[in-house]
Amino acid sequence: MKELSKKVLEGDIRAASRLIRNLEDQIPNTYIAMQEIFGKTGNAHVVGITGAPGAGKSTLTDELICAYRKKGDTVGVLAVDPTSPFSGGALLGDRIRMLRHAEDTGVFIRSLATRGAMGGISKAVGEAIHVMDVLKKSKIIVETVGVGQQEVDIINHAHTVAVVLVPGMGDEIQALKAGLMEIADIFIINKADRDGAGKLYKETLNMVNMSKDNKNGAQGWRIPVLLVESVLEPIKFAESVEALRDKIDEHYQYLIDNDLLSERMRRKTTAELNEALWGTILQPILKDLHADGEINRLVDKLLTKASDPYSLAAEVASKYMK
Amino acid sequence: MFTEELLDKSSLMRKKWEDEVKKVIAKNADQKERWSTVSDLEIKRIYGPEDIKDMDFARDIAYPGQFPYLRGNQATGYRGKYWTFRMFSGMGTAVETNKRWHYLLTTGQTGLSTAFDFPTLMGYNTDSPKAKGECGKCGVAIDTIDDFRDLIKGIPLDKITTSMTINPPATALWAMYCASAEQQGIPLSKIGGTIQNDMLKEFIAQKTLMCPPEPSVKLISDTIEFGTQYVPKWNTISISGYHIREAGATAVQELAFTLRDGMEYVEDAIRRKGLHVDQFAPRLSFFFNAHIDFFEEIAKLRAARRIWAKAMRERYNSQDPRSWWMRFHTQTAGCSLTAQQPYNNVVRTAVEALAAVLGGTQSLHTNSLDEVLCLPSDHAVQIALRTQQLIAEETGVCNTIDPLAGSYFVEALTNEMEEKAWEYIHKIDDMGGMVAAIDKGFPQMEISDAAYKFQQQIDAQEKIMIGVNKYIEEDETVDIPFLEIDDSVEAEQLERLAAVKRKRDGRKLAECLKDLGNACKKGDNVMPYCIEAVKNYATVQEICDVYREVYGEYRDPGIY
Amino acid sequence: MSNRKIRVLLAKPGLDGHDRGARVIARCFRDAGFEVIYTGCHQTPEMIAAVALQEDVDVVGLSCLSGAHNYLFPQVAKLLQDKGANDITVIGGGIIPEKDMAGLYEAGIKEIFTPGATLDSLVEWINNNVNPKE
Repeated sequence: MKELSKKVLEGDIRAASRLIRNLEDQIPNTYIAMQEIFGKTGNAHVVGITGAPGAGKSTLTDELICAYRKKGDTVGVLAVDPTSPFSGGALLGDRIRMLRHAEDTGVFIRSLATRGAMGGISKAVGEAIHVMDVLKKSKIIVETVGVGQQEVDIINHAHTVAVVLVPGMGDEIQALKAGLMEIADIFIINKADRDGAGKLYKETLNMVNMSKDNKNGAQGWRIPVLLVESVLEPIKFAESVEALRDKIDEHYQYLIDNDLLSERMRRKTTAELNEALWGTILQPILKDLHADGEINRLVDKLLTKASDPYSLAAEVASKYMK
Repeated sequence: MFTEELLDKSSLMRKKWEDEVKKVIAKNADQKERWSTVSDLEIKRIYGPEDIKDMDFARDIAYPGQFPYLRGNQATGYRGKYWTFRMFSGMGTAVETNKRWHYLLTTGQTGLSTAFDFPTLMGYNTDSPKAKGECGKCGVAIDTIDDFRDLIKGIPLDKITTSMTINPPATALWAMYCASAEQQGIPLSKIGGTIQNDMLKEFIAQKTLMCPPEPSVKLISDTIEFGTQYVPKWNTISISGYHIREAGATAVQELAFTLRDGMEYVEDAIRRKGLHVDQFAPRLSFFFNAHIDFFEEIAKLRAARRIWAKAMRERYNSQDPRSWWMRFHTQTAGCSLTAQQPYNNVVRTAVEALAAVLGGTQSLHTNSLDEVLCLPSDHAVQIALRTQQLIAEETGVCNTIDPLAGSYFVEALTNEMEEKAWEYIHKIDDMGGMVAAIDKGFPQMEISDAAYKFQQQIDAQEKIMIGVNKYIEEDETVDIPFLEIDDSVEAEQLERLAAVKRKRDGRKLAECLKDLGNACKKGDNVMPYCIEAVKNYATVQEICDVYREVYGEYRDPGIY
Repeated sequence: MSNRKIRVLLAKPGLDGHDRGARVIARCFRDAGFEVIYTGCHQTPEMIAAVALQEDVDVVGLSCLSGAHNYLFPQVAKLLQDKGANDITVIGGGIIPEKDMAGLYEAGIKEIFTPGATLDSLVEWINNNVNPKE
């Protein structure tokens, strides 16, 4: 594992992708590699792109990569697609829209499957961001699944969250109500040349104005609503995505200027600590209990009401944690 | 269609027959429970008057040359003229393909049809890095008008019609044809032929991609407009279901998506160009697949004519009966052929060709037995062509028009195909049209579902392909001769292209391409600019690069 | 015992757009529990190799029906080898004449599937021949 992290730190793409895979597959001892890496993270600007299916997230991400490359940034992309609940397999199709960057060594795109995680991203995303970070990608874009409206986990991982809306999807307002409003730093009205875009723009703007006094408002960041013009006109499209890029960067600068970056990462970092505590403390105990069949004995006690979960937990704790 | 009395009598007799069937299958079960077409459309054990009782002869069937043209456009059927025996061909260099064409015209073929190689089809030159290894492999390589002149050398352009299977670069290739004709002293008003020029089915199925759907449709409307004004005998589009079917669609999907594509083009030409439907609709042509399920295919083709006639008259208020006619070419189904026991393909193709003829096709390509393995050899092509000639002149099926009309089964199946196709058409209307539906991935997804289901049915032996999942010959050795394109073709073509690039006037060319780009930006018709550009030796790719730059490049979104 | 999920890259090198087979196989692999990265039509060997490395796949499945397989398949295998990714299994499918097969195997293509191969046989081949390392 140390060798793997060494290679990753040297910038080896395959090693980085393998490390991400170890995290996805929950290969034991992967934490050893992550130990080497953690201290060197925290340099990249993490951008979340979220929104309903068909909103054009991948196409937008593709163009955003161009916009960042033009500015001299290097870009990492984590594109998340859903795992089939029936087979455990997945079709990872986001990067097909980003193929023109395949050979650009300044761009590293990695597809991830949700592996059963809810919330729009996979469990490994947080750590995969660290891996991209030590590969010295200055911008890391996380594209969420886009299957539902509960895709709020991205807020824990991204400095800047852009929510993509498109006219004609019917449930814009519901989506806003359902919580995307709470996580958006920037709203994008994509396919703004379509019928209904004006209406959607106004609705979104109203919504943003009404919530002026929420956390963002109080801290002085006014959530902008950007229009992105048709992908059918490449020049216009590129221009509006460049404007989006500038807005995203402005938000990042705002966080830095107001000393909010670490505040923003507190939840993620807490979650990481939780995860590590779980992995280091609880997991070995569970493994032990499973290994000698003790777990079944404990469950039997519960089924016959001979004991209760709380007493048993206390019993286990006192045995292992002296 | 029937009197109450007859229907009463029939339903009594049917009941009796059903009881008999029940008794028999109680003792001897059927070989399988569910009987369905290759598209998995369930078929009943029998059809009777009840199944078509709501039909009205005058409204729904009528005679050939009468609305709704179920039974054919021409009053005389095949007695006046057989369908056009049009075999698709092309390989290697233009010179070689030209030789093949001259040979084909001596064998009784009555129309030419061009297969281009992949770089040409995609709008790349032979010297593009993307073209490496592909030159001349699946068709003829055309880079500049010099190649094109060699291709049509000695072919009387005012007598023989030529079909060109070309899509994104259709404007460039058609411009080469027009410019060559002019140079031969043949006025544009005299030349006839077809360019496939159907981009919507590329997004749906075949994936020969260049620009996004919207500007692609604009380019097509340009050709429709230019044809209407200057090349009145040219079919500027061949709206194709063939590839949709090959990509795994069902017969109903092929029918519905193709016709809805056609409607999209009609609507765009009316809206964008301000043309009246009857100015251009008589030159819209169609192209269908003839798959292995005999009756389903016949029903599909008959239904296609009826749907189109109704759509033209009712949706677009067309007044000219020639606009109501659906004229179509048919090709037997490449995807029904097998690499295993390839001689069986002759039989499959014959059955499919017969279905196309009974469905009333105007033009037909029959696949060669070796096409699933390689480019067809002369001998294989000859058998395929003879298959058509044999159907026309030996079998007697051309003696009478639409011989299956009035069959309870065929009429019921035709109605069912039409009904299901309209369902799809209306669904796509509700999405805002075909471009919008493609953007949503709707037709692509429907086809993927059908293709996956079919493959699963093959694997489970619910559907049979002889030699593939039944009657397999272990250790089969394929003993058919292979026609192969030598890699020297690429070197030769590269040299030809380099020679043209050396001799042409670079400054004049740059001007032409700039003018073309400006026309694109302004929304003007590109055709006159294309013709000027090819006369000045613009390559196919140089023209397409202008489109890519102005309209953007469309990449396969990989919907599956 | 490996926890590994098999990751497969399916790609269509070259210019042909006959993706029916590739699309069907993508779904079949998903249903077999693999994670499938499908990059669609019109890929250059360079793109395919780059994606294979970035995605850390175990298998690269190539489909080509244009006749250009003799150039395209070996080129992908070679690029992977050049980048030290010998452990990635490259397989191919499409209209591949019998006589081309030896050359393709020689070039590092591990298996060639021709029309008529069942979906089950493909999944079985991968399960038997691809064993991702810890």
